[in-house]
Order: sequence, then structure tokens, then C-alpha cells
Amino acid sequence: MKIQLPDDVLKPVARIKGGIRVSHNKITSECPVRRIAAPERVVIPMLQHIGAPCTPVVKPGDKVYAGQLIGNSDAYISAPIHSSVSGVVKSVAPVVTVGGRMINSVTIENDGYMEYDPSIEPPQVHSREDALKAIRASGLVGLGGAGFPAHAKLNFPKDVEIDTLIVNAAECEPYITTDYRECVENSWDIISGIYTLIEYFGFKRVAIAVEDNKPEAIRVLDKIAATDREMGNIIRLIVLKSKYPQGAEKMMIYTVTGRKVPPGKLPSDVGCAVMNVGSVAFIARYLKSGRPLISRTVTCSGSAIAEPSNLRIPVGTSAKAVIEACGGYKTDPYKLIVGGPMMGFALYSDEVPLTKQNNALLAFAPGDKGVKPERACIRCGRCVAACPMHLTPVFFADKLKKDPSPQELSDLGAMVCMECGSCSYVCPAGKPLVQNMRRAKDIVREGMKK
Amino acid sequence: MKKLTVTSSPHVKSGATVTGIMLDVIIALLPALIAAVRYFGPRALLLAAVCIGTCVLSEYVAEKIMKKPVTLGDLSAVVTGLLLAYNLPPTIPLWMAAVGSAAAIIIVKQMFGGLGQNFVNPAITGRIILLVSFSQAMTTFTKPLDWTADAVTTATPLAALSALDRGGDIAAQLSDGRLPGLMDMFLGNIGGSMGEVCAAALLIGGVYLIARKVISPIIPCVYIGTVAALMLIAGKGNFTFMLYEVLGGGLLLGAIFMATDYVTSPVSRTGKVIFAVGCGVITTVIRLFSNLPEGVSYSIMIMNILVPLIEKITMPHPFGFVKEKKEKKEKEAA
Repeated sequence: MKIQLPDDVLKPVARIKGGIRVSHNKITSECPVRRIAAPERVVIPMLQHIGAPCTPVVKPGDKVYAGQLIGNSDAYISAPIHSSVSGVVKSVAPVVTVGGRMINSVTIENDGYMEYDPSIEPPQVHSREDALKAIRASGLVGLGGAGFPAHAKLNFPKDVEIDTLIVNAAECEPYITTDYRECVENSWDIISGIYTLIEYFGFKRVAIAVEDNKPEAIRVLDKIAATDREMGNIIRLIVLKSKYPQGAEKMMIYTVTGRKVPPGKLPSDVGCAVMNVGSVAFIARYLKSGRPLISRTVTCSGSAIAEPSNLRIPVGTSAKAVIEACGGYKTDPYKLIVGGPMMGFALYSDEVPLTKQNNALLAFAPGDKGVKPERACIRCGRCVAACPMHLTPVFFADKLKKDPSPQELSDLGAMVCMECGSCSYVCPAGKPLVQNMRRAKDIVREGMKK
Repeated sequence: MKKLTVTSSPHVKSGATVTGIMLDVIIALLPALIAAVRYFGPRALLLAAVCIGTCVLSEYVAEKIMKKPVTLGDLSAVVTGLLLAYNLPPTIPLWMAAVGSAAAIIIVKQMFGGLGQNFVNPAITGRIILLVSFSQAMTTFTKPLDWTADAVTTATPLAALSALDRGGDIAAQLSDGRLPGLMDMFLGNIGGSMGEVCAAALLIGGVYLIARKVISPIIPCVYIGTVAALMLIAGKGNFTFMLYEVLGGGLLLGAIFMATDYVTSPVSRTGKVIFAVGCGVITTVIRLFSNLPEGVSYSIMIMNILVPLIEKITMPHPFGFVKEKKEKKEKEAA
């Protein structure tokens, strides 16, 4: 699709090597986000982020308001968890969650009133410390899918200068359209969030990065950037050529700034911060209302869904309830995926609660392209060419057959792998290359413990 | 609800398959087969059939004996058979072709673990085995377009070139009628192995493979380029001489279809360049300084053996890798 780009749009300064072209299938891109009725029961896991799980601060029988704190942790890398409905706590017990882990969860019976916690009020923010505290209290985690606590991401070491904020609206995973809808529907929240972040964290420039398969988002975001010309003139829109996995943090930094984050380092080491567009917009809304993160946008799509849609769901809604809100199954699903088709998790049941991290729920009818007969590796090198991190999955496969030492695998760069799945996608022999990489990472991690 | 399938990500896969890739290679080889039938008659077809048949049968028997799953479906044995046939003189006794095919599959491929495990190209090695075993039959070439059983034998252009006195006036020698015209060289109206003569057909196949992204253009371009450059120097800048060397012999067949064999060539770009330059240098050295008129097979086989070393020195660095480790160590030492 060829689109006319506005004149003042920045061009990416670098192109990622590797990566793949995968059909976008963004069938829900023109579906406005629809709020679903809160379910009768929500199941809220105490781990919805990367980091330490929260300890429940409510017990069965307690009456809770919507937005009330129900789980918290003293650990630094963690984010508090709030009730997404008002009602009564039914149980606090381990529940199987996305990814198959048993996680302590609070089940709340919805009383139907959606009564917000009366103590909620907009936070008083006057300094960077206030902002960090408020963001932590909001329970915000990266809404792009990884779920890294936002306050931990923004708490840069004092001695480094972070000059660039990249607002990530690339959304390179197929099917998912939540970031796209955020851009189109809540553009003023985005710009307001950006100004807040500039004010408290001192970014010198802000780049909003979007892929060229989202013309409407480009039009809207360009307007934002244009209004900024009269204000601070530091916000720029960058339009990237669609390629997977361009939305990955390190790739994003490279294409936008040309800086490479070395293995084992963080974006702040090269003076950058990357935030999902939805997270930025949420910060603006939170500072206005003080209402914590208790709902999120989810794309429900795939060949087995009757009416693919973008939905605003209370955290803790079951996958089943989400699918019912989309008209149910069109055919018997063959596979259910939470997240995108490249990096998401397959579910074994639709009774699993969705969390802050989950941006998509996909259901596929039989006959999709997920499996390929496994044949001998012909060393075609497609996996090497596809790896955006310049790794060599084919050699990992060789090494893993011979009981390798953690050092060998680490030298090959095992820990650099972000499990984007490009290697498995392109492999003509249908080899489980991503699983190999996970195994290699496990071996290295075990070796480090010793 | 029926049971759900639970697998690891990614949940979508590209359409590329091993069988599809092999099928593309077979399609790319077809123009050369048509040319072979045009110049050498139905016997070319028979020879190809014998080679393919023997390869497929050998693969089946070997896998059965070794109690391994039968993998004929990947079509790799068909590719090996077809390539080996292309490397043989059209007049070679059929039983010899069968022996070469069986050796290629059983010894070179299956004994090392089957597809993906052989360290040298089976078709090339099959040809070399035949060359050392039956050198007479392997170096007797007939005139093209003469389909009769007792066809007149002819020297290949490269053999004729080999006889040139390079110290003398090459231009004069080239035009004294011992060599076919350049157009005949390009279209394949020359003596030689069945599949190597028609440069035009091979180039069509090469373009097809590159367009389908089955092969990267690096190996063929660098290999042919290296030979061309070195021959230009050796021929004291004589362009015609260079063209004879590029179009004659198995260079195009080898560079497009055999040196690009995934299994026996490096995976990284730099590795491919080193590999192809190596092939080009060895081919040139053999053609210019040895008794053999032709060196493509040997050069590719030698470079095949060096692939693990090339892979080692061209291992790509992970994204964002910085070479400061060494400097730090040196500083610590100092």
C-alpha cells in the first residue's frame, strides 16, 4: 500500500537487518473500541507484570470498590494491582493463568454498581519523584505486551542523560490493533501524556514511531506533531516501513536513533526510553482522574471469532467472556492465543483471566499455517538472515545436540535472543528454533546460578 | 468445545518448505534439460532418468537398511540425480552413471547422516568419483546436434583453450578456427557435459532461483566474477579469452547450482563471499596451471571441505556487540 506521507515526517535513520515480512491481518483496524459489560466475576492474578508478584491485601468476604488496591509488593520491580469492579472478594487462591503458571489470584463477585473507590483523586505531581510515585501507584505496566512496570522503566539513574523518548506505536505483530485505535481515538491523551513526560523527565526530543501500514494513525499523529510546532517543537512523527519485529525495544531505538543497545544493557544506556503509545495515553488520563489501571484495550480476532472487535475490558475478565462479547465462536477453535501470533501464548482453555499485559486474544479455526512437517535441516541459513539480533539459530541447534556448556551458548549470544519467532517462522524444515533458543537461555541461566 | 492445540510461539509459519525449495531447484534446472535434449538427443533424457532413478532408489534402500524414516518426499535425491546427470558426458555408459549416482547418495550423503549432514556436495563428489574411476569415458565428448550412436568426438572449448600458447598472441589463436563462436558457446552448440553446455539455459535457471529467493546472488556472482577477473589478467586483458573461460566448461552450472548448495556452503554473507572467491581462485589456478582443462568440481569440493572453518571466522556478532572486551582485557593486563 502506497500512502502519501506528510512532508515533515522524519525518516528512520537506520534499517534493521533481518526480520520478516508477515501478513498483517489487521482486520479489526476500523472497529472502534467498544466497552464490554463487566462480567459477573473477575479473577485478578497477583502477577501481571515482569518482576515480583504482589501480596493480596484483601481477604475473602471483603467489600471492594473499583480501583481499590487489592495487591501490592515492596519489591522495586513490581506494580500494584487494583480491583477492576466493585463487589465482594470471593476467594484468594492460585489460578492457572496465561502461559500456564499457577498464580495467586483474587476472585471478585461483581455487584454491578461499578462504584469507584471514594478516596480516588487526581495525584498531586510537582516533581519527578512525585511523578514516579504516582505512576507506580497507578499500577501502570508496559501495555505493549511485555508488562514492565512503568515507574521502574522511567526511574533512570541520576548520572545518565536520557535525551530521547520514543513513543512506540509500531504494533508490528499481526492482528493486533489496540495501539492503532489508541492513536486514532485518543490522540489528545497521547500528546498530553507526552508533555507530562517531557516536563518531569526532561526529554530533549520525542519521536512517535508508527509503521506505514497505518495511514489513519499517521494522519492523526502528524496533526499532533504539527500542533507541537507552536509549543515546544520537539515532537516528531517517524514512519517506519512495516517489518516484524520492528516494535521490539532495541530495534525501535536503532531505527529511530541509529543507536545500538549492547547485549545485556538497557535503553537508558544509550540515552533512550521507549514507551508504548497506550501507556503514554494512560498516564495523561491517570493524572486527570486518579483512576488506576483497571481496564485495557484488547483486540479479539482470528478466523474462529464471529465478530472480531477491539474491546475495553476490565482486568480479570475471562477469555471466554471476551469471546462471547464478540459474538462467540464462528467455528470450533483449533487454537486460542493470548497476545500476537508471533510471540503470544497458546491457551488450553478459555477459562483463563486476561491481565494488564494482554493486548490480544486470537482464536483460529483449523487449517491455519501454524504447523509444518518437520524435516532435516538443510542449512539454508534463512534463520540467520531473519534474526534481527544477528544470531545463528542453526548453530544453536547443532550445539544443543552435543550437551553444550553454558559458556559456549553464552558466547554464541544466547541471552541476546528476544524470542521474536522470526527464525521459526522462516524455517522451511519446520524446526522448533525458538524452543531451542529458550533451552539455550535456560542452560545459560542455570550455569549463572552455580 | 473440542480440545485446543497448545504449541509454542510463533503460531504462524511462512509457506517455505524443504520440498518446495527442491522443487524450485528442479524447475530452474529444466531449461538446461531441454537444451541438452536439443543438442544431444533423447539419450540425454535417458541419462537423466537413470541418474534420478538410481539416486531415488539408493536413498530408499539406504534409509531402509539403516532403519531411518524414508525421506524421498523432500525431493533432494531427485535434485542430486539431475545435477549429476548434467555433469556427465552424454555418451557415458548408463551403468557408469548408475554407479556414480549410487555412490553420491549412499557414500557421500547417507553415510554421513542424510540430508543436511553431508560435508561435500553429493553430485560433485559423484562426478569426481566417476572421473577418477572411468577417466576415458568421462572425458570423451561428442559433437552437438549429432545424435547418432557413433557420433564424432570433439574437444571441449576449454580443452582447446588449454592448448593455447599463452605466451603468444592469444587474439590470433582464438580466431584461427579451433574454437566455436561465442554465440555457439552461449547457446550451447559445443561439446561438453550434458547440462553444462547451454549458458543461456543455466542463466535463466539462475535468475529464476534468485527471483524466487531460493539462492542469494552472492555465490554465483562472486564466483563467476572472480574467475572472469583473474582470466582477464591471465589473458593480458583479452576480453574474448575471458568470455570463453566463463562460458566454457562447468563454471555456470557449478556457480549457480552446485556452489550454492545450502548444506555445503556458508550461511553468513561474508562467509559466502569468502567461499565464492575461494572457488573462483582454485578454478582459475586449476584451469591455467594443471593438466586438467577443467577445475570447477574440484574447486567446489575443496571449498566445501573448508566451510566449517569459514563459518567459524565469519560468525556474525550479536546485535549491538561492542569489541571493547579485548581492549579492557589489555588494559587490565597493562
